[in-house]
Amino acid sequence: MNLAISISGLEKRFGAFRALDGLDLEVATGEVHGFLGPNGSGKTTTIRVLLGLLRADGGSVVLLGGDPWRDAVALHRRLAYVPGDVTLWPKLTGGEVIDLLGRLRGDLDPVRRDELLERFELDPTKRARTYSKGNRQKVGLVAALASRAELLMLDEPTSGLDPLMEMEFQDCIREVKAEGRTVLLSSHILAEVEALCDRVSIIRAGRTRAQGTLEELRGMTRTSVTGVVDGPVDGVGALPGIHGLEVDGHRVHFEVDTEHLDAAVRWLAAAGVRSLVSRPPTLEELFLERYGDEA
Amino acid sequence: MTGSATGAFTATGSLTRFTVRRDRVRILVWIGAIALLVASTVASVQGLYPTQADLDAAAVASQDNAGAIIFNGPPQGLDTVGGQVAFQTGTFGLILMGLMSVFMLGRLTRGEEEAGRVELVRSLPVGAHASPAAALITVAAMDVVSGLLVVAVGIGLGLPVAGSVAFGLSFATFGLLLAAVTAVVAQITDNTRVVYGIGGLVLGTSFLLRAIGDIGDGTVSWLSPIGWAQKTRPWAGEVWWPFLLLVGATALCTWAALVLSRRRDLGGGLVAPRAGPARASAWLGGPFGLAGRLQRVSVVGWTASLAVLAVAYGSIADSIQDFVEDNEALTDIIAAQGGGTLIEQYVVMSFRILALIAAGFALQSALRIRSEESAGRAEDVLATPVSRTRLALGHLVIAFAGSLGIMVVSGLAFGLADAAVRGRSDLITTAVVAALTYTPAVWVLVGVTVALIGCAPRLSPWAWGILALCFVIGMFGQLLGLPGWVEGLSPFQRVPEYPAADLEPVPLVVLSGVALGLTTLGLVGFRRRDVG
Repeated sequence: MNLAISISGLEKRFGAFRALDGLDLEVATGEVHGFLGPNGSGKTTTIRVLLGLLRADGGSVVLLGGDPWRDAVALHRRLAYVPGDVTLWPKLTGGEVIDLLGRLRGDLDPVRRDELLERFELDPTKRARTYSKGNRQKVGLVAALASRAELLMLDEPTSGLDPLMEMEFQDCIREVKAEGRTVLLSSHILAEVEALCDRVSIIRAGRTRAQGTLEELRGMTRTSVTGVVDGPVDGVGALPGIHGLEVDGHRVHFEVDTEHLDAAVRWLAAAGVRSLVSRPPTLEELFLERYGDEA
Repeated sequence: MTGSATGAFTATGSLTRFTVRRDRVRILVWIGAIALLVASTVASVQGLYPTQADLDAAAVASQDNAGAIIFNGPPQGLDTVGGQVAFQTGTFGLILMGLMSVFMLGRLTRGEEEAGRVELVRSLPVGAHASPAAALITVAAMDVVSGLLVVAVGIGLGLPVAGSVAFGLSFATFGLLLAAVTAVVAQITDNTRVVYGIGGLVLGTSFLLRAIGDIGDGTVSWLSPIGWAQKTRPWAGEVWWPFLLLVGATALCTWAALVLSRRRDLGGGLVAPRAGPARASAWLGGPFGLAGRLQRVSVVGWTASLAVLAVAYGSIADSIQDFVEDNEALTDIIAAQGGGTLIEQYVVMSFRILALIAAGFALQSALRIRSEESAGRAEDVLATPVSRTRLALGHLVIAFAGSLGIMVVSGLAFGLADAAVRGRSDLITTAVVAALTYTPAVWVLVGVTVALIGCAPRLSPWAWGILALCFVIGMFGQLLGLPGWVEGLSPFQRVPEYPAADLEPVPLVVLSGVALGLTTLGLVGFRRRDVG
């Protein structure tokens, strides 16, 4: 696998606080990679290490085949970045900021810029001071998407965007992916992650908790089962990997670890199934479980 | 509706307590600095002139010294300790009070609003005027407490009571007026920097008007609020009614600010922002172009202000020569001070002050590196193929070249003004050279600032403290009788006092070298540390 980003055992301390505590992350070239985790889990710190703004205290980080700290300038020719809270120069207009960032990167495409301004319905003549949060975010997005960078690093890029703009953003990312470019997408919007991401990494407290495709992650978690059976329901609690058991007469509801699903279904069959509903975990459940303390 | 009247100020008390708590260090430093300034001046005047004969001699020396009057204030009761204190520290102290009011109130009103924090506060059950009222109460209390401390210092150190009260009261009321003026300006513009700029302009104009008035018959001084404060004549036969001018103007401005604040939206100013260009001009394409764009208003503003000040200083130079020819006692004293004629010493003093002010520009310019970082905007640039060194150099070019340019312009303005008055152009070159000799000292302060930004970013605001120290050493060093090594800490005291002394190149080379070394140190530190 050709890797755009390869991080292993990354550590970063701020004083006594361990912001990153052995984080791993692998992003393949050409994929859209979801980067997920609760607030304060270290997503932005990781991205800032990748940008060479922060110096790693331990572990190894390879970005586009280079060292993000040492080769920052050369690497930044090949990537574009959108921060989660785009801060702009208050006196400059949105159009000026987009042109400036494009020229600094050295690959401003004026045609693409105008097309994106249109798509995101952004007025480039307003002073940055007067933009709302969503409009500031659009400035950052247009500046990044107007570039031909091979890697896009997006830190909660759509916070503050309305649903129409969110759809526009998703279309843009699909186009970027179709061109074979790589995207690292930190996001809390699960629908966005599900719609766009080939693989995701979930981090918590500065460590990677899970990494894989959404299918694989679902496979690592629990399935929710509701059944009505003919026979007695006493034995169900003794089964391995059962959680949250509720019994109401002949009706049982439980969640079961996916590796024990087979045993649970066999037990239900033996008890005489009259109805059965089985549901894979929703994305929300998946993340709640991974974000929570028990994970 | 009585409810709405009280409602507009609901929670003012708790907001005031919160403001005081949050800014307690800043508040204490301002008040403490002002009290300390007056106390140390009283003590040193008492030490310097122990007998009436000493005071009489000092009075004769300053009575007709236009140079001293321009910088210090009107010569009133100079043969008393109190009169000397008011002369030595009155104008500077009033300006300090004014700066305190402008910076504190601008920060607490428009600054908070621009940062978006007022919005959060206003969403709480808090009156519409509570936030500006809390700011005004806080700053007004600072002005009053500073004034009371000045009164206490005067009486405590044995000065006459009436004079002490008048002096302290002039500090307090002048501070209050500037706070009220700032409150008005904060309603008109939606930009905090503009608030500071206009506040500074008001202070600068007041200073100039009273300088012109004080070397004349004193009429022009009536156009200046600083003049009003000094017309109360502390320790020189107090006159109380000019306080009515100060208090009346304060009331008027407070009322205007209140009326204006009802007419505008939160976050907005009375002057609406215009649409700007949709595309960046060709030169806004790199870190240097960006720094130029961000700082151009500041460069023009500082250059213009210093040019005006230099014109004022230069146009007075000739009258100093006249004064000295009529005054034998003064000639003796100048001879005793060593080196140079009175006019030469006046040139040195003028450019020392102009350079100290220009250092304010240079510091603000260099600190832009840090403020861009704190605001998160350095990140936008550093995520592109721009190295940290180039990002910093963009701002540093302006700090170094800008301060050089400002000093050259000041020198020319001084020389040309003098040439216009006298019809002879022989002082132009001298003035420009004197201006240039002070430039390396300004650069040293830039170097110190860059070193702080690179190696101890959290301490970088202390660069202002270092500049303040240089100001005190430069303006009051002799008066306070500081030991030589303390005076030597300020790079401005290391500059050869051309034209009063020979133009020695060695100190200039050393100062430039120190500036370069500190800047390099800072840039290396900036490259090695975390950004953000």
